[in-house]
Amino acid sequence: MLELHNYSVSFGPVAALRGTTLTIKPGDRLGVVGESGSGKTMLALSLMGMAPDNAHLDGLLRVDGQDMTHATEKQWQQIRARRVAMIFQEPMAALNPLRRVGDTVMEPMRVHEGLSHDQARARALALFEEVGIPDPTARLRQFPHQLSGGQRQRVLIALALACNPSLLIADEPTTALDANVALRITDLLVRLSVERGMALVFITHDLAAVARATEDIVVMYGGDMVEHGTTTHVLAAPAHPYTKGLLAARPDAVGSTRDANGKRHRLPTIPGTVPPLMALPLGCRFAGRCPVEVSHCATRKPAVTHTGLGRHSACHLHEGDAP
Amino acid sequence: MTAPLLDARGLTRRYRLPRTALLRPAPVLTAVESTSFTIHAGETLGVVGESGSGKSTLARMVMAFEAPDEGEVLFQGQNLHTLPASDLRKLRQQFQMVFQDPFGSLNPRRPVGWSITEPLRAIGADGTTQHRAAEALEQVGLHARDATKYPHEFSGGQRQRIAIARAIVTRPALLVADEAVSALDVSVQAQILNLLMDLQDDLGLGILFISHDLAVVSAVCDHVLVMQHGNPLESGPSERILRTPAHPYTQSLLKAAGMTP
Repeated sequence: MLELHNYSVSFGPVAALRGTTLTIKPGDRLGVVGESGSGKTMLALSLMGMAPDNAHLDGLLRVDGQDMTHATEKQWQQIRARRVAMIFQEPMAALNPLRRVGDTVMEPMRVHEGLSHDQARARALALFEEVGIPDPTARLRQFPHQLSGGQRQRVLIALALACNPSLLIADEPTTALDANVALRITDLLVRLSVERGMALVFITHDLAAVARATEDIVVMYGGDMVEHGTTTHVLAAPAHPYTKGLLAARPDAVGSTRDANGKRHRLPTIPGTVPPLMALPLGCRFAGRCPVEVSHCATRKPAVTHTGLGRHSACHLHEGDAP
Repeated sequence: MTAPLLDARGLTRRYRLPRTALLRPAPVLTAVESTSFTIHAGETLGVVGESGSGKSTLARMVMAFEAPDEGEVLFQGQNLHTLPASDLRKLRQQFQMVFQDPFGSLNPRRPVGWSITEPLRAIGADGTTQHRAAEALEQVGLHARDATKYPHEFSGGQRQRIAIARAIVTRPALLVADEAVSALDVSVQAQILNLLMDLQDDLGLGILFISHDLAVVSAVCDHVLVMQHGNPLESGPSERILRTPAHPYTQSLLKAAGMTP
């Protein structure tokens, strides 16, 4: 239902997203992970037709078979909310503080589907129940500041679901929430996806949440998809050096251990920092920080290679051992 | 056993909320309730809890930004909240703080060298400040020449290094890190955590490490204190708390972090 082929977003000579190829089918749950500047938000915005006006779009973006690469704002408005909807990181900033949350949730139904006030209200009520907001009748009349962070995020999810989208894009939906609340929101998104047969694109830097919520995963670095595949396999046995480094850098549950000299174990790190977009190497974006780099990495872009167990990695080292 | 660097005893802090009705007494929120802990030199205590658990209030009391309603904070044996203001100002070079958002805590209109030496000016040191800024920058893995650059020229991780440089420029004995790595990407976070451990080994720092992230706390802390709604729930060696948590709330935090005990 959604298809990206060799899709790029660039600003002048600088590519924020480079040659992305991706297919999302109904009911898919896809996790997109990467650090700041990896292009994951640019990817999300592109799927919503919200790439910045000065961006140059290249390649192919198809929604339900329709080519939307260079679609106009009017064409996108036909698709947003009804086909593709999005929720954001900061629920307080995404809600109008001066409007009752019920009115906010009813607005897209009235604008896009021309429902009457009563019809829209009945559907908003049902949605509030579906997303697990207690006492929904009273909540509809409340303002955003009267709700807790988790409940605001539930309201935003109800808002995104208002016109029954077939794809929900969640951009860091749990980052601003406490751990326990984040867990419940993650589980809610999975439940909604399964019950409605709705595809879910879950963008996050939280690897534990991706492991819990998604079936497939895309790992991004510097605007490139460096690895994609089945979530369980990629997280258990990453193929790409960047994914390996990222997973190793995450502190785990072992607890702080000191050796005989009282020295604590250091965390494995990826050396250096992500270079600014305009200073990224032309070949593999990870060149310069990669522990297993070979001579042509910085100049030649690696092809995506199948590396077994449903994993695909963009790394020169894997090009040779394609099955 | 040597005397602890920091000894917090029975700290309680209440805030009076705005009145809800004219004739009713204003409601009172207890942000922290009889919480005690100690930190020794070279040791890290992690304070874990969700928002509203009182962990930042705890940090503010340890930093003597505000006074507890009950209890006392003894730093190197001195009660911070009964000390005369001038003595407290002098003592402040011994305990410094690193905040969550390095962009918000560095002056965007001044070169970072100016920000780093600000604590030195506050305690009246002069003359050697340039040299001390250079030294602190090298200690956090940056270059002495970076002192003349402005905050926007650095990445998020580098800015947090600068904030740490500012905290160690007075050569403190105690560092209070309030969510110091929460805003950072995973790979940068690992670098900053390693830096804190390096500095601790080199300088013998005691660290009060406040975080909502159990995984991060487990990597750097010797002891852990778990808080909820202002109440200390359990505390102990980090390994015991993480392997065999006694309180259901700690267990739920572990589960949420994907670290089932």
